[in-house]
Amino acid sequence: MRFGQLSYDLSHLLGGAVLLLSFVLLYQRRIGAVINAFATQGTLLAMAAAWAAYAQGTPGLYLTALLALAVKGVLIPLALHRLVRELNLHRTVETALGVGPSMIAGVALVGLCILVTLPATEGARLLSRETLALAMSVVLLGMLMMITRRNAISQVVGLLSLENGLILAAVGVAGMPLVVELSTAALVLMIALVAGVFAFQIRERFDTLDTGSLEEHRGEQR
Amino acid sequence: MLTALALLVGLLAALGAAAVPLARAANGGRLLHGATALAGFLLAAGGVVGLLGGPATLDLPFGPPWGPMRLALDALSSWFLLPVGLSVGCAGLFALGGAYGPVPARDLLPWPIFVAGMVLTLLAADGFTLLLGFEAMSLASWALVARDGAGAENQRAARIYLGFAGLGGLCLMLGFGLLAGGAGDVAFAALRDDPPEGARAAAVLALLLAGAGSKAGLAPLHVWLPLAHPAAPTHVSAAMSGAMTKVALYVIARFIFDLMGPAQPFWMGTPLIALGAATAVIGALRAALEEDSKVLLACSTIENVGLIAVGLGLALAFRGADLPALAALAGGAALLHALNHAVFKTLLFLVAGEVLHGALSRRLDRLGGLIHRMPVTAWAALIGAAAAASLPPLSGFASEWLLLQALLTAWRVGDIAFQMGVAAATTLAALAAALAAAAMVRFWGLVFLGRPRTPRAAGAEESTGAARIALLVPAGLTLLLGLFPGPVLDLAEPALRLVSGTAAPRAGWFAIGAGDGGARYWPVPVALLVAAAVGLAVWLVRRRAPAGVQRGPAWDCGFIAAPPHFPFGDPAGQPSAAGFAQPLRRMLGQGLLAAHETVTMPGPGETRAAVLRSGFADPALETLEGPLPRWREAAAARAERLRALSIRQCLGLTFGAVVLMLALLAWIGAR
Repeated sequence: MRFGQLSYDLSHLLGGAVLLLSFVLLYQRRIGAVINAFATQGTLLAMAAAWAAYAQGTPGLYLTALLALAVKGVLIPLALHRLVRELNLHRTVETALGVGPSMIAGVALVGLCILVTLPATEGARLLSRETLALAMSVVLLGMLMMITRRNAISQVVGLLSLENGLILAAVGVAGMPLVVELSTAALVLMIALVAGVFAFQIRERFDTLDTGSLEEHRGEQR
Repeated sequence: MLTALALLVGLLAALGAAAVPLARAANGGRLLHGATALAGFLLAAGGVVGLLGGPATLDLPFGPPWGPMRLALDALSSWFLLPVGLSVGCAGLFALGGAYGPVPARDLLPWPIFVAGMVLTLLAADGFTLLLGFEAMSLASWALVARDGAGAENQRAARIYLGFAGLGGLCLMLGFGLLAGGAGDVAFAALRDDPPEGARAAAVLALLLAGAGSKAGLAPLHVWLPLAHPAAPTHVSAAMSGAMTKVALYVIARFIFDLMGPAQPFWMGTPLIALGAATAVIGALRAALEEDSKVLLACSTIENVGLIAVGLGLALAFRGADLPALAALAGGAALLHALNHAVFKTLLFLVAGEVLHGALSRRLDRLGGLIHRMPVTAWAALIGAAAAASLPPLSGFASEWLLLQALLTAWRVGDIAFQMGVAAATTLAALAAALAAAAMVRFWGLVFLGRPRTPRAAGAEESTGAARIALLVPAGLTLLLGLFPGPVLDLAEPALRLVSGTAAPRAGWFAIGAGDGGARYWPVPVALLVAAAVGLAVWLVRRRAPAGVQRGPAWDCGFIAAPPHFPFGDPAGQPSAAGFAQPLRRMLGQGLLAAHETVTMPGPGETRAAVLRSGFADPALETLEGPLPRWREAAAARAERLRALSIRQCLGLTFGAVVLMLALLAWIGAR
């Protein structure tokens, strides 16, 4: 598989699209838009997985794609939308990094990932090298999002998009057993569940989803 | 013989393991202490047999991955088995006398392991085995010091002791590494083949002085000793002062006389002489000022360790200057003093324990007049204190006299700087001996003479049985060693040959002396003279006294009569420990020990009393630590701040760390 081949180009295109959606996630201010961007990212991830299944000839990955589409593309976004509706957060505008700073930070992170990954994986196949760089960028951008956001739901979305990066990495590497992906998917579901419950609890107790309000209630306050 | 001693070490370790079931049995404690006491006397016997017989080596069938554990018994280790064995034997006997009913396992378990560690250090013939024994000794004694976790003072003592023990072990380890060089073989035979020279030898000596010297109590690393030795139970204090310091001195002697080769220059001895003299003065001065009997004795141990170190350093210097007869003299003084000190210091610590048991206090200000209630203890303590004060004809005098003779002949090393330095060391050693005498007079007088200062001291009870024997045995040995130092030095002749490199002169039965034509000391005639003088004085006093003895009330120095609620007189009517120490504290304490005195006078018309506050503090620990505690506090405060971070900041920290690592990786990959 080389540059110029269809399978190579398409998988890069899909991986790059996932990364692009991570950038989009980074500067969205409205909760609804964040969830929509996340749903799109999940769908793109599912497509990347399906294409990888086709290109690598591993039918197991179709299952991964199906799971990603169902869970990340549909179920979790729907649940989050419902959460937002019930908590009445439609109009919330929250602080996020502006377009400029988030772009700069993101590009710097992506550059860093490429600088690290490409020399470190010199012996590996071309495809997995660059997919790894993309996946790692998605992971780091997800982390960055978790740090910059104050809202609990946005933080959950950041965590989930971080998971997307992991799945992308797992899909790109040929020969990864399905068990890993299934267990990762199960883990993500559990996290989403716990996060949802957690968000409800915060809301009930403190009337806000700003995790900063938790600080006052920590023990060992000095 | 060596096989038997190795088996004894194994049995002691097994005894330590058996301490847990023994602790539940009613007589378990007595059994364990009795067995340890027996082992102690067997060790001393083994030392004598080892000195009379030849050297032996033994390779154990197990050991570290790179080879067997090697044991050896030569004259030097045999000699040091004597102080260790006698001290442990007497201490074990005392513990046997004081143990009733079940004893908690944490008090029993470390004790035989402590002894086994000391013996293993003495028998070791490779660096690994020596360090194993040394660390077992350190850790077991630490466990015994830390046993009483209730007192904040004891906790601090245990903490500081652990720090110093760790530092010492580390330095010794580095010393062995430096000595072994690139080859990395730490068997003594291999180390002897490749003696260090020049800067490497000096570095090994510095590490040795920090490692074994801190364990022995050489200044300025002596600060843990007056804290840790008194914190342990009495028999452990006695063994720590009597035996453990000797094991550390043995390690020093083993390094400088054996492992570092015979061709060291004479100036290698100067650090030992200088540090030893400083240690002796500091220790003796503190002993003269302390107000707690066990702390006082621990400080006196520091003084004696300093004197022994001076002897070892002199022997090294004489050997380097090719004066073997003088090296034998100085080495003989050091070895003899090691044995004498082990015996009389064990005795004195056991006396302090007996007093603590009988009168329930270690503070000199709460004791007094115990000679009436505890006569055996008092007379045994007098023998020990007189030996520690180096009065003839007791054992301390013989060895300190030899040491001073060696110091006085040091001008024969033809280097003017060395001669000047040794002259200064001589005055310091003499000053230390005088201060130690003052300390011992104060100790014995305040504890046993005068009137009781508390009701508890007035009702003190003396132990009988094993505890009394444990006092009488070292007291008798102190007398014997004082009267017959000649045969003891003859017994040490093989060890002296190892120290000086040539055959040492025989001392004979009745006299010891500084070589042919030098000064001589005949202990038995001196003892007869002293006895005659004392007898004459007693006879004269009796003769001139009127017939019949009348006991009247003690003169209270002109104070008004004590109120009725002080049936034993006003305690303030007697000199206190601090008052007794005041002249020395004013004279020497201000410069050396940061002694201070403040008087708070009431203003005119006020009715409150004037207050005199005085005290001293050894500045060594603070100087050693330097700004370290402040840095630790600052670092702790900074680390504390991390706990107050919010969730996002915590995540940010992780994120930053990941990004930093990745950047580092990219940078390394780019290079």
